[in-house]
Amino acid sequence: MLYYIFRRVLMMIPTLIITSALIFAIIEAPPGDYLESYIAELQAQGEAVDTAKIEYLRKEYGFDKTPVERYFTWVSGMFVGDFGYSFAYELPVTAVVGDRIYLTILVSMATIIFTWLIAFPIGIYSATHQYSWNDYGFTFLGLLGLATPNFLLALVLMYLANVWFGTSIGGLMDPRFVGQPMSWAKFLSVLDHLWVPVIVIGTSGTAGMIRRIRANLLDELQKQYVTTARAKGLHPFRALVKYPLRMSLNFFISDIGSLLPAVISGAEVVAIVLSLETTGPLLISALQSQDMYLAGSFLMFLSLLTVVGVLISDIALAYLDPRIRLSGGVRK
Amino acid sequence: MTLPKNAAPLAHTVTDAPFDPEAIYQYTDAQKSLFEASQLRLMWWKFRRHKPALISAIFLGLLYLSTLFSEVLAPYNLHTRHSGSIYAPPQSVHLFHDGQLRAPFVYGYDFKLNMENLKREYVPNTDKIETIRWFCSGDDYDFWGVIPASFHIACPAEGGSLFLLGTDRLGRDVLSRIIYGARISLTIGLLGVGVSLVLGILIGGMAGYYGGLFDVLSQRLIEVIQSIPSIPLWLALAAILPITWSPIFVYFGITVILGLLDWTGLARTVRSKLLALREEDYVSAAQVMGASSFRIVSRHLIPGFASHLIATATIAIPTMILGETTLSFLGLGLRAPITSWGVLLTEAQNINAVALYPWLLWPVLPVILVVLAYNFLGDGLRDAADPYK
Repeated sequence: MLYYIFRRVLMMIPTLIITSALIFAIIEAPPGDYLESYIAELQAQGEAVDTAKIEYLRKEYGFDKTPVERYFTWVSGMFVGDFGYSFAYELPVTAVVGDRIYLTILVSMATIIFTWLIAFPIGIYSATHQYSWNDYGFTFLGLLGLATPNFLLALVLMYLANVWFGTSIGGLMDPRFVGQPMSWAKFLSVLDHLWVPVIVIGTSGTAGMIRRIRANLLDELQKQYVTTARAKGLHPFRALVKYPLRMSLNFFISDIGSLLPAVISGAEVVAIVLSLETTGPLLISALQSQDMYLAGSFLMFLSLLTVVGVLISDIALAYLDPRIRLSGGVRK
Repeated sequence: MTLPKNAAPLAHTVTDAPFDPEAIYQYTDAQKSLFEASQLRLMWWKFRRHKPALISAIFLGLLYLSTLFSEVLAPYNLHTRHSGSIYAPPQSVHLFHDGQLRAPFVYGYDFKLNMENLKREYVPNTDKIETIRWFCSGDDYDFWGVIPASFHIACPAEGGSLFLLGTDRLGRDVLSRIIYGARISLTIGLLGVGVSLVLGILIGGMAGYYGGLFDVLSQRLIEVIQSIPSIPLWLALAAILPITWSPIFVYFGITVILGLLDWTGLARTVRSKLLALREEDYVSAAQVMGASSFRIVSRHLIPGFASHLIATATIAIPTMILGETTLSFLGLGLRAPITSWGVLLTEAQNINAVALYPWLLWPVLPVILVVLAYNFLGDGLRDAADPYK
């Protein structure tokens, strides 16, 4: 088991290297850089451009070097916790991103749990009542959730919450807690605001999950051992829960791998519409103003989050299902 | 059959019909047509039984057909502004006036600017009966951007208005804009899938057939692309498109971006299918006869799973349509004057629009319907393409 984890962690390294190169290439691709647009902005406002300062900044952040050199500075910086400097905020990237990453993780985790809570019972019900009206109904509802653009659902929920509850649900906490240290009251306020983004992001993932659970469980239910269990007089409920359900649980955990990128994606868009203090709005503005280290480190954070999430799900899976670590080429 | 009594002679029958020893090997007509049917015909039979898929296919077919005649179907031109009816709510079509049946008509609006809150108030005036004109001449347009014409299926009454889904902040008819927007929104998915099909077949095909280092590298790359959250990556890529590009270039740029991130699933399908198929005897036969690798892959292997590939591609289209809508909504996708459903939805970006002018949300209905239809169609195609079902 330890060997499996070790091997799995080792496999992450090339993935992360390719990811960082890809992200850096994308961030570098637009012509011009932040300083150029900064100078243009100063000139447009009729302010004098301090050439010495610009030159200093250019040297300081390596704009006079080749992209390859800059890439290596960026990557090697990340190993010691230096993620570069945000030009627009005039702060280190870690300071800008800090809290927001935790909130992104919180929203993502809550969404995944929400998805499970909804998809699991419905998936089981649909599989055991195949081709019933409820099965069709749930499938259709799920598809509807998949087909509705997230941002629109967010807008409509925001409006309805305003009409029905009279609360403003924009943001992820009461405005007076923004920038405050974590406290019990702040935590409650976050919980109070969390449900809208969770529902909105969750709907699209839930549909796919219900369909996959249904298909998986249907496959299991047709197998011989279920018939044997039933023939031996096992109660239908036990015959469902004891074996087939456990088999489909495996898939449940391995599904985090495909769910996580989707959840984080959805979180970005919804965050922009609902103006949550997560990473979405920051990323957009960073991309638009070519604040390259901020945008790059951000994308890197998000990818890292997914890669680590997938790693955890793989380890959990190997722990639960011995066949997987054995087929991974590990000796007993 | 009752047994004859002891020692009684058995009943003896002789038939005059000619004896055909092959009779038991012959098939009924139904069996014959089943066995002789081509792969495509078998697929069609199976597909026909999947009713939601069939209905979806017809629905999508009609929609795509409508994009050829958008100018004629829309009651107004895409860009016509009605400065007198800004943010006018939808007018409903009536058939009865004072209990009398009439040709379809709408009630005209009385417009008043509420001076207290500066809200535009439109009240239907039951005295103004504006009968809808059919097959008429209305707003001028250039058919397909070339032929000037003014023929419409339906037009407002002379001097009247026909805003079935209301108007936007410039007084443009929402329904007409949705009809025009279908052109962009429906084709962007097709083009995007085209890009990802080419990439997927090329990369997946090479990885599956040659294997080796290329296979290892491409598999790694696919894993990486699939592990990065797609929307942030789309945003980053869309931010690359220069502002100075003309809208039509941006349109193609967005399709390429959508395709660039979507080929991974297709490449995996192609690769795994090729890995299985290249061990078949007919591939060895082709190799022995001296066929080139390219010929083997393109003539013998790809046709073997083309139907499966098409089904997989169909399921990818709705993701692209939603992706375009999201990108445009966030202001990083298509830009006016190009009109797609996503661009139309940018009008409904803030909560004021939802509260005061909810009809600006109508463009979302075609988005949902098209995404649903593609999902059903993809399901039907996949089931039909699966020879083991």
